[in-house]
Amino acid sequence: MHDLTDEEQQLYDMVCEFADTVVAPQSYEADRTHTLSMDVVAQMGELGLFGLPFPEEHGGQGGDYMALCLAIEALARVDQSIAITLEAAVGLGAMPIYRHGTDEQKAEYLPDLVAGRALAGFGLTESEAGSDAGATRTTAVLDGDEWVINGSKQFITNSGTPITRFVTVTAVTGERERPDGSVSKELSTIIVPNGTPGFTVAPGYDKSGWRASDTHPLTFDDVRVPAANLLGERGRGFANFLRTLDEGRIAIAALATGVAQGCLDEALGYAKTRNVFGVPIASHQYVAFTIAQMQARVYTARLAWHDAARRVDAGLPFKKEAAMAKLVSSDAAMLNSRDATQIFGGMGFMNESLVARHYRDSKILEIGEGTNEVQLMVIARELGIG
Amino acid sequence: MKIVVIVKEVPDTYGERRLDLETGLADRAASEAVLDEIGERALEVALAYADSHDDAEIVVMSMAAESAAATIRKGLAMGAASAVHITDPGLAAADLGLTARTLAAAIRRTGFDLVIAGNLSTDGSGGVVPAMLAELLDVPNATALSSVEIAAGSVSGTRNIDGATVRVKAELPAVISITEALPDARLPNFKGIMAAKKKPFETLSAADLGIEPEDLSVAMSIMTAIAEKPPRAAGVKIIDAGDGGTRIAEFLIENRLA
Repeated sequence: MHDLTDEEQQLYDMVCEFADTVVAPQSYEADRTHTLSMDVVAQMGELGLFGLPFPEEHGGQGGDYMALCLAIEALARVDQSIAITLEAAVGLGAMPIYRHGTDEQKAEYLPDLVAGRALAGFGLTESEAGSDAGATRTTAVLDGDEWVINGSKQFITNSGTPITRFVTVTAVTGERERPDGSVSKELSTIIVPNGTPGFTVAPGYDKSGWRASDTHPLTFDDVRVPAANLLGERGRGFANFLRTLDEGRIAIAALATGVAQGCLDEALGYAKTRNVFGVPIASHQYVAFTIAQMQARVYTARLAWHDAARRVDAGLPFKKEAAMAKLVSSDAAMLNSRDATQIFGGMGFMNESLVARHYRDSKILEIGEGTNEVQLMVIARELGIG
Repeated sequence: MKIVVIVKEVPDTYGERRLDLETGLADRAASEAVLDEIGERALEVALAYADSHDDAEIVVMSMAAESAAATIRKGLAMGAASAVHITDPGLAAADLGLTARTLAAAIRRTGFDLVIAGNLSTDGSGGVVPAMLAELLDVPNATALSSVEIAAGSVSGTRNIDGATVRVKAELPAVISITEALPDARLPNFKGIMAAKKKPFETLSAADLGIEPEDLSVAMSIMTAIAEKPPRAAGVKIIDAGDGGTRIAEFLIENRLA
């Protein structure tokens, strides 16, 4: 894509090479056994992937959001679980600390997070609260110089790996009276180190996709952490994570674009070599047109996330663009994984094949980081309707 | 310790590779151009040494088409301190002798304690340039090393030959070539990619090195004919009628595959 600088193109090529040679060979086994390979995570750390958007003074690579998303796209071509591990580690684990942390918090956590030596989760979603974050039930009460946290979270990525250091939890810390007299919840974010008494990381979910990604339900039973573990200003939790979520949509769009590209590559390669009735199936117009359609979807999805990410890096508003990029790219991933599986025929139904895994994995792209219905809601609101 | 690593841009071995039947040169449009893997391994030998020796200065050097600059830059992103790119239309069809003369002149100009090259490129497969370089530079040469140890005043390593392992050692300055037994090269990280932009990148012509590509007083090889590789014929099918194992063994022996 011509908007990439030489260096961005080299980064993308380099991560593609890493994905093909290091990640892809272990993906089937990791998916089959629901295991996140800590060896792959360590190698990603050595490559500097977890430090991409952070300045060098914090041990980062000095890149920007575009650079991070390029790496996520390159990984997702062959393994969505590994791509989402990076996305969550940076966007949800390290970025809130970098943005809102005190100097002490940054000094304590960033070096290891940025190097991939430690991971962190972000506990927002509850059984009755997700995009509707105002419905959060988890509470944190200040008792002397400690927060006492009670509640539960679900679907928390990277919360239970052997190197998970902490989970940043959103919790209700009080109530506020609005000017009109109604009462709203005061939301704050608090760092809860793994291993704190009362903080339980339940066994990982049996997911239908993203099976090598580490995802757990969490419970908090009178968990006590120092008052200094408050991340950002008290009562600013909602405002702070809204930006996290908006940005995350672009990263998910990049991930989905990688999936669409991976499915295109697989389908194109297979259709050229698989012979039916004496000719490669690619010479049948129906298959050729299907693949042409897949290519067009990759192109539009990529244009959309590139523009949204460039807006982030340029400091421009990006809420609507992020929602649109996530919408079209997750569609592209779903449709391309379906088409690729169809082109592969029976082989595409075998879990050993990448397209089968993409087919199972892609559904979550329409659900996570705000469902696509929520994206439509965001876009409509930006248009002043709905 | 100044280490010059010779690298080369080649057509990606994972893609389709074709010769241009007009010129006898690799058809660069036929597949993606990449840094030859054996050259990357040679660079890794130097980088691994530099990881633990602050005094090491690594220069990547290549005689290649102008378009190869981006590929050579990958060597800088991986960690080399500077690059020398010799590019000249007159060198486009250079034979092995002219290639070695040109590289030797550039190496002499840059200065070196050690030159590391791959033993065989994946495109031309000449395999003699490292030895020619040593001869032209008048230094010792250790070829086809499967392990390398660099010390302050010497380089040593092992060479695997049929039925034996040879330990070799040379005083520096020297030229060595390495085999695929050496480790895979590291990938450049983003910091390295960005830093590569600011590293010295010297571009030289044949004239800069005092090389006259059309000098007919020097022996050179001339391509007289070229033909496309014949398409692969169907293999031999052995159907097991009780003696399948024996016949496979006979086939392997007959074709010197066992």
